[in-house]
Amino acid sequence: MASLGPTFGRGAMTNSWTDIKNADVIWIMGGNAAEAHPCGFKWVTEAKAERGAKLMVVDPRFNRSASVADHYAPIRSGSDIAFLSGVINYLLTNDKIHKEYVRNFTNAAFIVRDDFEFNEGLFSGYDESKRSYDRSTWEYKFGDDGFAIRDMTLQDPRCVFQLMKKHFAQYTPELVERVSGTPKDKFLKVADWVASTANGERAMTIMYALGWTQHSHGAQNIRCAAMIQLLCGNIGIPGGGVNALRGHSNVQGITDVGTLTAAIPGYLALPTEQEPTLESHLGKRTFKPLTPNQTSYWQNYHKFYVSFLKTQFGANATKENEFGYNYLPKLDGIYDCIKMFDLMHQGKTTGLLCQGFNPLMAIPNTNKSREALSKLKFLVSMDPIETDTARFWENHGEFNNIDPAKVQTEVFMLPVTSFAEEEGSVTNSSRLIQWKWKAADPYFESKTDTEILADLFVRMRKMYEKDGGKGKEALLAVDWSYKDPLHPTVDELQIELNGKALTDLKDAEGKVVRAAGQRLATFGEMRDDGSTDGCMWIYTGFYGPTGNMAQRRDNADPSGLGVYPSWGFSWPANRRIQYNRASADPDGKPWSERKKYMYWDGQRWSGPDVPDYVPTIPPDRAVGPFIMNAEGVSRLWVRGLMADGPFPVHMEPFESPVGNLVFPKLKGNPVARVFKYDMEALGTSKDFPIVGTTYRLTEHFHYWTKTVHANAVMQPEFFVEMSEELAKEKGIKHGQRVRIWSKRGEVKGKAVVTKRLKPFKIDGKTVHEVGLPLNFGFIGETKKASPINSLTSAIGDSNSQTPEFKAFLVNVEPIAGPVA
Amino acid sequence: MNMELSRRSFMLGAGAGLAGTSLGALGFGEIEAAHALSIRPFKLAQTKEVRSQCPYCAVCCGMMIFAAESKVEKGKMEVTHIEGDVDHPVNRGTLCPKGAGAIDYIKSKSRVKYPMYRKPGTNSFERVSWDFAMERIAKLMKEDRDANWVEKNRDGVTVNRWLTTAFLAGSSVANEGGWATFKVSRGLGLLQIENQARI
Repeated sequence: MASLGPTFGRGAMTNSWTDIKNADVIWIMGGNAAEAHPCGFKWVTEAKAERGAKLMVVDPRFNRSASVADHYAPIRSGSDIAFLSGVINYLLTNDKIHKEYVRNFTNAAFIVRDDFEFNEGLFSGYDESKRSYDRSTWEYKFGDDGFAIRDMTLQDPRCVFQLMKKHFAQYTPELVERVSGTPKDKFLKVADWVASTANGERAMTIMYALGWTQHSHGAQNIRCAAMIQLLCGNIGIPGGGVNALRGHSNVQGITDVGTLTAAIPGYLALPTEQEPTLESHLGKRTFKPLTPNQTSYWQNYHKFYVSFLKTQFGANATKENEFGYNYLPKLDGIYDCIKMFDLMHQGKTTGLLCQGFNPLMAIPNTNKSREALSKLKFLVSMDPIETDTARFWENHGEFNNIDPAKVQTEVFMLPVTSFAEEEGSVTNSSRLIQWKWKAADPYFESKTDTEILADLFVRMRKMYEKDGGKGKEALLAVDWSYKDPLHPTVDELQIELNGKALTDLKDAEGKVVRAAGQRLATFGEMRDDGSTDGCMWIYTGFYGPTGNMAQRRDNADPSGLGVYPSWGFSWPANRRIQYNRASADPDGKPWSERKKYMYWDGQRWSGPDVPDYVPTIPPDRAVGPFIMNAEGVSRLWVRGLMADGPFPVHMEPFESPVGNLVFPKLKGNPVARVFKYDMEALGTSKDFPIVGTTYRLTEHFHYWTKTVHANAVMQPEFFVEMSEELAKEKGIKHGQRVRIWSKRGEVKGKAVVTKRLKPFKIDGKTVHEVGLPLNFGFIGETKKASPINSLTSAIGDSNSQTPEFKAFLVNVEPIAGPVA
Repeated sequence: MNMELSRRSFMLGAGAGLAGTSLGALGFGEIEAAHALSIRPFKLAQTKEVRSQCPYCAVCCGMMIFAAESKVEKGKMEVTHIEGDVDHPVNRGTLCPKGAGAIDYIKSKSRVKYPMYRKPGTNSFERVSWDFAMERIAKLMKEDRDANWVEKNRDGVTVNRWLTTAFLAGSSVANEGGWATFKVSRGLGLLQIENQARI
């Protein structure tokens, strides 16, 4: 999401599951939807069967998606940018781009500052000692009117389009083959199929998941995909999009709601300590349009912010106290989960609360995580099931080797209701908010997460009221005026998410448009004077005056395009395809009859969806279709919005079997944050010549279903996938137990010798890769195994801090004993 | 949304319907009705059905969940059957191997039944009351918060933060519970807050 936001304006899946059926080409790379999202993959099958769509899969393994693909191309893990840059170069050099889309709906025409440079893999502004860039030169040139300068002919050598041509020119098919190990003909077929959609007649969807994000350059992998889709004109149209297939059922909703270190619900920012006042925070976020007439919707940021503060602090948020801004915690840096565990490992953390989270399994470098947990004073696990984390202190032999007597951590395991024992709204991968009704009563003494946290909060506030303590004022300022403070209802919480009028809201003529106490219908009603609340503007309307839209179950699809406009509620404002104004040309006419979606009917924007645009602005106003961006257009060039560059650059993983063949000076991602412990825990290709990659199995969900009988029966134990060539080289037989080890730890399991993996030829050298399913551990009904993250490194992407789980170095050897 | 049509009532209905036909005239209607009375009713007819969704991946497949009075816990409803929601536009009644086995998750041997507590240095969990667990956790948290609360930074700016306790939020929690999580954790002043979005 750290790349879709900077490119398009919102960091979420652009289209919907059911929209995949409108695609002509489906490209799965950095994911394996047939395995990990089987019932979403049904729409790929539908497009193939009903529309004659072509499916292509690029992956290190001939995986389940590949097995039903029309074309499969292998790629070495960690080399995606080289491959994707090769596709960009192919499109540009062969002029296979949707030119009018690129000219009008992207920033291709924008002129970049003269002092921007790119040399040997590094952009201007690099500071090696800080491992970071000064990004000031990655900016547009501005005219005297304050607007960015453009050359709509795309000929100026400093325009984004020309810089792009130059930047990507070296990624030839030959280079792709040398770096990524993809045979040239297989690469060219992919590029050719992509190019077949660059015309407004045909559409391509790209489906990806953690295979792209879990790299130290993961965000730039996705940036490449977003750029390809923009060059082809595949954003905002049916059957198009960059579709991030998300993991957990509500990871979209939980991210929307801001439980991330630097977030506030609805993608607002938690203040930093450089922003001591609300005014100073908002002053940095005016989002002034960069070209004339643009919507630049974030200009309403202050209305959303004040409404959030009114919900967080209620009556304690007043104009006089800047709506309680002062009470909010202020950041002195970010505390992502890698940093969290590094601090814990340094002994700086007292307590950890885990809510439906199993970090001993999920966090990279398990040995480091286990030591970190051992240093806690207390650990609380709130979960329907027992987790490996809750039992980290228990000795499970080689699988969790620890001496309980030496672990001084107090551990609590609190029973939580399962999904079926509670009600509420859940947001799927494509932003669709749907309701689940409560099916059964809480199991034994289990309670909902809300009840547990309410109990904790009320108890702690009582302690502060009675005994006093530090930070009492900020703690007591939080609004907790629920009817029953120990049991805030789902209804009460949903109203807070949606927002309501606190006083009568009047329009310019003094007419009451929303009476005090009424729920808001859209975020357009939010105000910055404290007269509205609502903690998450992007959901406003999902529980509007007409009722609970998340509960809607009308599965009619009048257009036949898979829109289902009356099923649930799709944020924002019930839009199903984001940026859908781009489905029409600058004059408002559909690019083609085949791709007709939203268009100007002479009076307003019409079509089967809610326009992602002001519905009555005519096309001749030249307002861009990417209304969240201050430019009004999408960004092929992301200015200073990403840490590692305005364009993608080929970067190798921190552990790689080869050096960087494109930019020999680069080691990993030059701006990735690397802690001392983790730098020292890196191995080299001399000791660890084999690439390791992790993935999940269709029969399991992460580290969760190993406790579920049916799933444990279907996939009972950990295994290692390897090629016949590697097995022969190491003297390993199919079914034999093997040891896999990295600089950080080891795991043991059965070898699955398979044709699904083949050795790569990288720059003339043979490189092997092994596949490691991640779903096993020492708690549950599957056969005990060491956590897979015993092998992985706690280095993350420079933008998102997502760990590099998909490419690291290992070695493998057979274990003597019988072959099963 | 309870199932209203059991096999028995269907057969009884069929018998009644037959009465007016030529077959009915031959006396088969009564036989059908008698036959129907001998058939056990559908188990599903005695269950309560709700629409829910799969807890695992972000396709969020629609589920029909059936519950009946619990055999283990008197007076409570327990889940007895789960299948894909045929009305759902995305999964259209299908479930994958994970969703199809979801009832085994609800009834997993690893379900936590009671609050459990492990004392420092010991080798087992013991059952405790909710009140004990919550009082102890609240006390531990207050001690840490009081000891490490940062009201102002070195420049005298009010920062109201608490850096020594961390919270990992679950991404399978519903939005309303997620919001309660945000409100409480930020309300306490925590900055070490994360969910599964990054991993």
